[in-house]
Amino acid sequence: MDITGRKLFVKALHEEKVDTVFGYPGGMVIDLFDELYKETDINVVLPRHEQGLIHAAEGYAKATGKVGVCVVTSGPGATNLITGLADAHYDSIPLVCITGQVPLGLIGNDAFQEVDIVGMTRSVTKYGVTVRERKDLGKILKMAFHIASTGKPGPVVVDIPKDIQTEPGDSEYPSSVQIRGYKPVEGVHVGQLKKAYKLLKNARKPLILSGGGVNIAKAGAELEKFAEKMRIPVVTTVMGKGSISTSHPYYIGNSGLHGRYAANIAVSECDVLFSIGTRFNDRITGDLNEFAPKAQIVHIDIETASISRNVVVDVPVVADAKTALEKLLEWAEPLDTVEWMAEIAAWNKENPLQMRRDKGLSPQMIFEEINQQFEKPIVVTDVGQHQMWAAQYIDMDRSDLFITSGGLGTMGFGFPAAVGAKIGRPDQTVICVTGDGGFQMNMQEMATAVCQNAPVIVCIFNNYYLGMVRQMQQLFYGKRYSATCLRKRITCPEGCKGPGEQCPPYEPDFVKWAESYGVRGIRVTTAEEMTQAFEEAKKNQTSTVIEFMIATEEIVLPMVKGGNPMSKMILK
Amino acid sequence: MKNRWIALYVENQVGVLAKVSGLFSAKSYNLQSLTVGTTEDETVSRMTICVTSDDVTFEQIKKQLNTMIEVIKVIDLTNVPIHMKEILFAKVGRCTFEEKQEVFQIAEVFRVQVADIGKDSVLLECKLTERRNNELIALLKSKFKSVEVVRGGAVAIESISTSCR
Repeated sequence: MDITGRKLFVKALHEEKVDTVFGYPGGMVIDLFDELYKETDINVVLPRHEQGLIHAAEGYAKATGKVGVCVVTSGPGATNLITGLADAHYDSIPLVCITGQVPLGLIGNDAFQEVDIVGMTRSVTKYGVTVRERKDLGKILKMAFHIASTGKPGPVVVDIPKDIQTEPGDSEYPSSVQIRGYKPVEGVHVGQLKKAYKLLKNARKPLILSGGGVNIAKAGAELEKFAEKMRIPVVTTVMGKGSISTSHPYYIGNSGLHGRYAANIAVSECDVLFSIGTRFNDRITGDLNEFAPKAQIVHIDIETASISRNVVVDVPVVADAKTALEKLLEWAEPLDTVEWMAEIAAWNKENPLQMRRDKGLSPQMIFEEINQQFEKPIVVTDVGQHQMWAAQYIDMDRSDLFITSGGLGTMGFGFPAAVGAKIGRPDQTVICVTGDGGFQMNMQEMATAVCQNAPVIVCIFNNYYLGMVRQMQQLFYGKRYSATCLRKRITCPEGCKGPGEQCPPYEPDFVKWAESYGVRGIRVTTAEEMTQAFEEAKKNQTSTVIEFMIATEEIVLPMVKGGNPMSKMILK
Repeated sequence: MKNRWIALYVENQVGVLAKVSGLFSAKSYNLQSLTVGTTEDETVSRMTICVTSDDVTFEQIKKQLNTMIEVIKVIDLTNVPIHMKEILFAKVGRCTFEEKQEVFQIAEVFRVQVADIGKDSVLLECKLTERRNNELIALLKSKFKSVEVVRGGAVAIESISTSCR
């Protein structure tokens, strides 16, 4: 029996076990929404902006491991997704984004709300296609879910013209699909892996660099076991944080531009760098010519194109992190790394990760309080200084979740992603760590949190500045705080070089703002207030917005200036 | 840096050419020529791509092409025996009678056809390797005032190995 395209769309959602859809309606998807209206077992989340919508879907996908599904209308609905698509593409988050399109006959006419969304997003999606014939709809939707969720996951755009949504046609939704140009890597080349293992076995100063790929493959347990069995210290990237417990004796810390001193020195001093699931982004390598200068490098990655792109490696292995680690565990034998570990411990002692505690609230104190007060929270960050502090100071067990925008560095990601995570995992406490700048980029999603009954604990690190950029201005641009002060008014004197008593008040008042949504807002300036605020947040049935007044000119250390080698860190 | 050749099998669908050519601009790869046409299987198109690059970049280009869902197969033709030809038309204009004679001589030496002739112009139809075509254009431009050129880009296919003859 023939069914309409809109009915087949809902059938596809059921077959793919989709129970949550992030949707914003409009003229060219009104039929799909009309179909969703009848569904009682699909929760349609209505965020307040399509950018917030797609970040929420990303947070949902990260927290649940399922595909995040977005449905938006043509034109502006679709273009508002682009930042989120790029974000998901960079961080390998599985999304299926359905965009409405003007009817087939109007495509190319510059019709109202017509854009070539597939053309616009080609370079920031894993796959994108406009459905041109009703008979292809089922196959294309199946392909979309298959491509988004397998291999190296990523976002897929399916653009559906309005007339295809209402046209009757084949009711079949295929149970599988064969794509001749798409064969995700499943096995592992044992010969290559043996070569890699041999290199490791003869190493005197081996080091594991664990990236986001290990978390995506859910290979944390295997990684931890492998490190233990072979007695090899581990450093992580920001995206790899949590792939090994942060309290593990073999864990050194994050490496990278704001990595731990000992971790970066270890990368520079190791003789075999065993890297898994990282693409050697410039935030990890610094000056490429001086990256891991003494090391032979093993690189395990699921995507061939990630290997030997930035860093030329000695042993490339194309494989899923989990498959590779399982195989390696069969061979693993302990190495003598006592001296090497002692060396690393000495570097750590020389320059431990620590912030000053002399006055007021330091970010480190806030994270220590979070670590103490909460058991296994999902921590979602925005982008900026607070993100780096979170990456440095949040304690994580393997099973915990750290959700952050690593590759694209999207300000405005954190809060909607936290709401999405909470919708996907209502049983977990979700803490959103954000800055006062990034939070304001998508704070309208508080309405979504309220309407979805998805309370989030929002920790705003308020320093009155766009801190990460201001930090660079502070250190390298003679304190010329160009367009980074969020208090600056048109009436301020020119050439201001920092905060003072004459500064105008800060807007908005986040406490009053929170109250306007019927949620609790708390301003915290001292350690005692901080403890109380978290205790209250734990009890609240609604969201709690805690505004932490931190020192205005606080900086993130250590820091490697862009283009410098990792061993050259600014420590004070 | 040298010229390299790729034969690329892709899905014969809307937007695939844009996706492939978009890769070259997005990643700043140096594309020399790209031709595309359907194959014996009408659902498959075959592209012949020429790029100028160093070894590392060329490896990366092949890998990046392979990651595309619409790409079915990437074949590196750089170091295998191939047959390769490029279609080219050259119209030499504003010629004197003697100059026309010279164009005819050049056509004979390069073994290209004279496709048409006018009062003061000659049209050459060339089916040579890309390199030979380059040489011909250089020669024509050095000798004549007006040379109009249109090139189709090269197409290439693997030779039949001697053992198969």
